[in-house]
Amino acid sequence: MYEHLETAQNPTNLKRVVVEPVSRVEGHGKVTLLLDEDNKVQQARLHIVEFRGFERFIQGRPYWELPTLVQRLCGICPVSHHLAAAKAIDQLVGIDPHNLPVAAEKLRRLLHFGQVFQSHALHFFHLSSPDLLFGFESDISKRSIIAVIGAYPDLAVQGVKMRKYGQEVIRMISGKRVHGTSAVPGGMNKALTKAERDYLLQDIEQMIEWSVASVALIKKVHCSNLPFYDDFGTIRTNYLGLTKADGALELYHGGLRAKNAEGETLIDHVDYCQYNDYIHEEVRSWTYMKFPYLLSLGKENGWYRVGPLARVNNCDFINTPLAEAARVDFKAHTQETMVHSTLAFHWARLIETLHCAEGIKDLLNDPDILSHDLVATGEKRYEGVGVIEAPRGTLFHHYQVDENDIVTKANLIVSTTSNNQAMNESVRQVANEYLSGQELTEPLLNNLEVAIRAYDPCLSCATHAIGKMPLQLELVDANGQLIDQLVKHGNGEIERNFHG
Amino acid sequence: MNKTITIDGQVVPFKDGQTIMEAATEAGVYIPHLCHHPEFTPHGSCKLCTVNVNGRTCSACTFPAMEGQQILNDAKELNEDRKKITQMLFVEGNHFCPSCEKTGNCQLQAVAYHLNMLDDHFPLFYPHRELDASHAEVLIDHNRCIFCTLCVRASQEKDGKEVFAISGRGINKHLIVNAESGLLKDSNLEVTDQAAHICPTGAILIKHTAYQVPIGERLYDHNQIDQVSLNREKLQDEQ
Repeated sequence: MYEHLETAQNPTNLKRVVVEPVSRVEGHGKVTLLLDEDNKVQQARLHIVEFRGFERFIQGRPYWELPTLVQRLCGICPVSHHLAAAKAIDQLVGIDPHNLPVAAEKLRRLLHFGQVFQSHALHFFHLSSPDLLFGFESDISKRSIIAVIGAYPDLAVQGVKMRKYGQEVIRMISGKRVHGTSAVPGGMNKALTKAERDYLLQDIEQMIEWSVASVALIKKVHCSNLPFYDDFGTIRTNYLGLTKADGALELYHGGLRAKNAEGETLIDHVDYCQYNDYIHEEVRSWTYMKFPYLLSLGKENGWYRVGPLARVNNCDFINTPLAEAARVDFKAHTQETMVHSTLAFHWARLIETLHCAEGIKDLLNDPDILSHDLVATGEKRYEGVGVIEAPRGTLFHHYQVDENDIVTKANLIVSTTSNNQAMNESVRQVANEYLSGQELTEPLLNNLEVAIRAYDPCLSCATHAIGKMPLQLELVDANGQLIDQLVKHGNGEIERNFHG
Repeated sequence: MNKTITIDGQVVPFKDGQTIMEAATEAGVYIPHLCHHPEFTPHGSCKLCTVNVNGRTCSACTFPAMEGQQILNDAKELNEDRKKITQMLFVEGNHFCPSCEKTGNCQLQAVAYHLNMLDDHFPLFYPHRELDASHAEVLIDHNRCIFCTLCVRASQEKDGKEVFAISGRGINKHLIVNAESGLLKDSNLEVTDQAAHICPTGAILIKHTAYQVPIGERLYDHNQIDQVSLNREKLQDEQ
């Protein structure tokens, strides 16, 4: 679509515009544009400029540390990492998902509903609502939650309280709002008490009501400017995510399903332990983040989107009534089988928020949730794969251990990594359609960030592979003139790139 | 008539043969410590229990209580020194509390909280230290060893074995295992040995038990180390 803008044909004499840091996202990234003398965009890239390296430094650690160690990847969706790792280490103690005690699975689901609910609320209200309420090119002083508090105090308080509620669900189960402990190999470490359940039940009706109102709000925002919202940053892509066996939306456990842009099924009900037969990752020299793709379609065409839009697109239905009604309404707003609008991520995200609120209510009213039968064990194994639908999309954790229980290999495909190509494409679409040829101003550049923000990227989660990371070394003289340049490619090959 | 010492102005009785630490614990006075344990021969190596006795400093865990001693314990200057010692223990090893399974149950972490240690202060050494996960039930993470020798003493004095020893000097000091291979699996350590359960940090751990105690029920979740330590050690004394 816009691949031709990934690398300019002739970069010499092009003007360089840098948006750094990309704000109101989790982690550190920057956007670079190369413009010709007519301000036409010749190259646009989203770079992830931080490096975490978790895949490497968890090697050598005992496997039971993993859920607690890897959740430190993120302060916003730690529970998703905690549970993805937990699902993998269940297998290391011989427990497959169907052998997990019923109460443990339900507690994990409740915990994860709390996680997705709080993360989605955080993203919509704290990070994205300023763009959506005040306009993408509004004055910078308005583009923050503080301005939302000033202009829409009730809405802002609602957002803060929704996030708080999700965090309280997490705290009741894992002991802390952020970075608690709950999942252990084969189960959970603590039952929910009646008092804790009743505490959470107090506010759940309010949360459902506010979630319904949030869906109505985003529908109004989206549909009041439909052609623009359906076009901005929009790309026609494949979509990947988990669904239940019956095709319902699923956040905790299911089979992998991928559909193409026309809505045709590419893979379905795939056991995620076999993910490596379907998904590979490509390394490129200009970013720390890898590019996953569906093996059957190849590097060029196999990239896909994950996250709320992918999940709502991919599923056949949602098994909670209010969210299902919202999904039907969402799909009806377009004639296409699949919704491709990048800004529709927000709408899909709030439908999921409503689903989480309904799911929390159902689980809190389920007597199994109070059971103390929480841990199962079986025969030791040496490999485990855990996959979960994190707020930002499908999250893969894959570990191998040795006979002494030490991690020897780890592979993490984090949601944001899966959206890497898509975010770059959306940036290029916006750069090409809305910026190219114009005199660039700060408000205009915010459009690029709006496109990135729609994906709710977590850049800190997404950069892990060590030893494969590309590097660029530049020697610059006192006048800022480039004298020499060495490039280390993803395959380890080093090349002198300066021909001056 | 009872013999007494005075700690921070409080008159504390003692019996002949007691150390200052023992007399203080019996009287409900907490003196910070890591290498001391009431069941084992005092070692006096961590220096956290340094107190001021009649104008000179000494280790409360090894120094005998004597009639008329005027002792400073909970004093600003001493606590500052204790904090520095604790900071040095942190930077000399690799102590990553956020993911350590001992967090919430760790004496080193708890004493750091007690001393209001808010940062490392000193540059981190990041030493290269290995794990010994060879034993089926017990794991050594050398990253967290503070050389308190409690495992050495427990193995000798309680378990009747000599599984552990400290080798090397200064910065090269390290915990060794009594086996030709140097590996725990080739030693005669058993999971029921007290040496396997005595570590005040997360250096010697029982495998497959991590994070089973939920947050809120861990040793130091509700009380600071002074209270926990006095309760436990007084109980041990009585037993």
